[in-house]
Amino acid sequence: MATDLNASKTTAAVGDADTAAVGEINKYGFHTETKAIFKARKGVDAEIVNQISDMKDEPEWMRKFRLDALKIFESKPMPKWGGSIDIDFQDIYYYLKPTEEQGKTWDDVPQEIKDTFEKLGIPEAEKKFLAGVKAQFESEVVYGSLKEELGEQGVIFTDTDTAVREHSDLLREYFATIIPPHDNKFAALNSAVWSGGSFIYIPKGVKVDFPLQAYFRINAENMGQFERTLIIVDEGAEIHYVEGCTAPMYTTESLHSAVVEVICKRNSRCRYTTIQNWANNIYNLVTKRAVAYQDAFMDWVDGNLGSRLTMKYPAVYLMEPGARGEILSIAFASGGQHQDAGAKIVHCAPNTTGQIISKSISKNGGRASYRGLVRVENGAKGAKSSVVCDALILDAESQSDTYPYIEVAEQDVTIGHEASVSRIGEEQLFYLTSRGLSEAEASTLIVNGFIEPLVKELPMEYAVEMNRLIQLQMEGSVG
Amino acid sequence: MTETLRITNLHVSVEGKPILHGVNLKMTRGETHALMGPNGSGKSTLGMAIMGHPKYEVTQGAITLNDANILEMAPNERARAGLFMAFQRPVAIPGVKMADFLRHATTNVRNPERKEGEDLIPMREFRKELRSRMEQLSIDPEFARRYVNDGFSGGEMKRAEILQLAMLQPKFAILDETDSGLDADAVRLASLSIADIGGADMGLLIITHHDKLLEHNHPDYTHVMLGGRIVETGNGVELAKELHDHGYDRIRGAYPDAAANHEAMEKPNQTEIAS
Repeated sequence: MATDLNASKTTAAVGDADTAAVGEINKYGFHTETKAIFKARKGVDAEIVNQISDMKDEPEWMRKFRLDALKIFESKPMPKWGGSIDIDFQDIYYYLKPTEEQGKTWDDVPQEIKDTFEKLGIPEAEKKFLAGVKAQFESEVVYGSLKEELGEQGVIFTDTDTAVREHSDLLREYFATIIPPHDNKFAALNSAVWSGGSFIYIPKGVKVDFPLQAYFRINAENMGQFERTLIIVDEGAEIHYVEGCTAPMYTTESLHSAVVEVICKRNSRCRYTTIQNWANNIYNLVTKRAVAYQDAFMDWVDGNLGSRLTMKYPAVYLMEPGARGEILSIAFASGGQHQDAGAKIVHCAPNTTGQIISKSISKNGGRASYRGLVRVENGAKGAKSSVVCDALILDAESQSDTYPYIEVAEQDVTIGHEASVSRIGEEQLFYLTSRGLSEAEASTLIVNGFIEPLVKELPMEYAVEMNRLIQLQMEGSVG
Repeated sequence: MTETLRITNLHVSVEGKPILHGVNLKMTRGETHALMGPNGSGKSTLGMAIMGHPKYEVTQGAITLNDANILEMAPNERARAGLFMAFQRPVAIPGVKMADFLRHATTNVRNPERKEGEDLIPMREFRKELRSRMEQLSIDPEFARRYVNDGFSGGEMKRAEILQLAMLQPKFAILDETDSGLDADAVRLASLSIADIGGADMGLLIITHHDKLLEHNHPDYTHVMLGGRIVETGNGVELAKELHDHGYDRIRGAYPDAAANHEAMEKPNQTEIAS
């Protein structure tokens, strides 16, 4: 297997010290060190997978699941489409259990990082969590009352490792039913070595009227590279789950490969919002899929920034009549980055409705690709689907491409597709600058305007963060 | 101190094609100048060159604002120095709210030294001012939340330009056919509005084909442009009235060189940039 320069550089830095570096942050050149109480050796094989399972003290079925998945991973070829992936799978640490006490305080966090958080306007509690400071006192307070209230309604919101121990019957009924290990090579890898992620169950008829946020999860393992999230929204229930944050993400390794499964039962409603901003050396290869049953409504709001390569195509399978699926995707590709992002809607039943809106921005030589699939199965009469993808290219070095796939096996359907590519117009820039805006300010406004239709779908604090983040990305990019 | 915008022997080309052939014009703050001339004579080109549109290349001559060389400034510096142009066909910027755009613009123009990332005018204060300006101009408050020029009617675009003029209070403003596409009532309202928001304190260069916009903004001078030059200047509004009533035949006859230039510029396959 080819050795990737970038990847080996990063891992070498980790391997040099007895301690493992938790995190490298894009462009700020910051990393912190925490003592790990357990660190598996590099690479992935049956011994490593067994070790992970031992450490987690898992039931036998999960160990078997992992080992089977490992065989599938080993037998699957790399995907031949998407971006170019150059990963040495044996040169990566797959499991690192952080110490109970990380022994860091807010004072230890470098000023640049604090400044970045400040610029992004991230609340204090989240800053500390994101900075790797084990200082969840504030968030525990918040989470504590939240948990109590939700608990009374029968809502389960925990990390997936805990769920394996404490809610094993429920988890086992749905786990890997939407994305089985043989789905794709990276789903198989995740299945073998997964750790962390959220497990959520919303009982029948319960409507959670505030967004559940991943970083208020107590005892969370460090945002893992191979997290596994499972959300079950029972009949008539409603939930909005928010993961990630616009702060640059810390990672130990150069590969992030998550699996997210969502089950929306009859009449339920689920929105899953992600905004992630990865360090520039990261391969972000994620499988996200939801199934929506009768009259259920599932939507993904997916914002991707940073990373070296992101391949992510949130999917909704519309299983029963009246189901509805929507995907809103924003991708921002800067220099050295390839965002291969998109969406999938599969109409498996009559009178189902799908909508995909994709907005991508590329600058400084970045590449943004839209890759999407709309499939209508035979018999899905009256299915309606629309795809709109708009790309904004900020300079001549940057690139945008579109791969829309439409497969229809039914006559009685309505499918629309629109695509547009535009460059930041000289006329728009002139108009704004002739009113006193600097070129960078003007470009930032234009870019924010471009993604505004999506940003207004975000919870308020995320919308604000998103705008600030775009501003940071744009600063000094023009003129 | 008297503030002066001075244009000296200005030659401007667009995509290599000469449009202005030596324009001279001196304006003092507080004066109103009307600029008339047949379509394609170079009136908008003059405005674009003053504001620094990158497509409009100054090949010769000078533009100064109180002795400062405007030609060395980027468009945003010109705006911060006190220049403004109300465009004939302002471009749409989808997703950008009028209020957000105007808050940036107003902050920068009032605080020319502001660097990116420095504070904007406080939201409350700005909103209050914007609201009262909109009220003064009989503009629906909902307007502030609409996207800049996006889906605006012709009339709305012109009103949005006047709103910007009102908020930015430039030293010198070029109004490029702010009356075009408006019915008689709307022109009268525009004319009143410009006077109302302090047009008399600015130096106004009003590009127009009619005398209606001048009704409440009496020109101190009227200039006629033909073939990329200002060929005649008259005191007051008389010349404007004459041109509005009788057209440009007399002018063409009196300045055959400029008329020939104009014919040459009017040739087909010419882009429609310089109307």
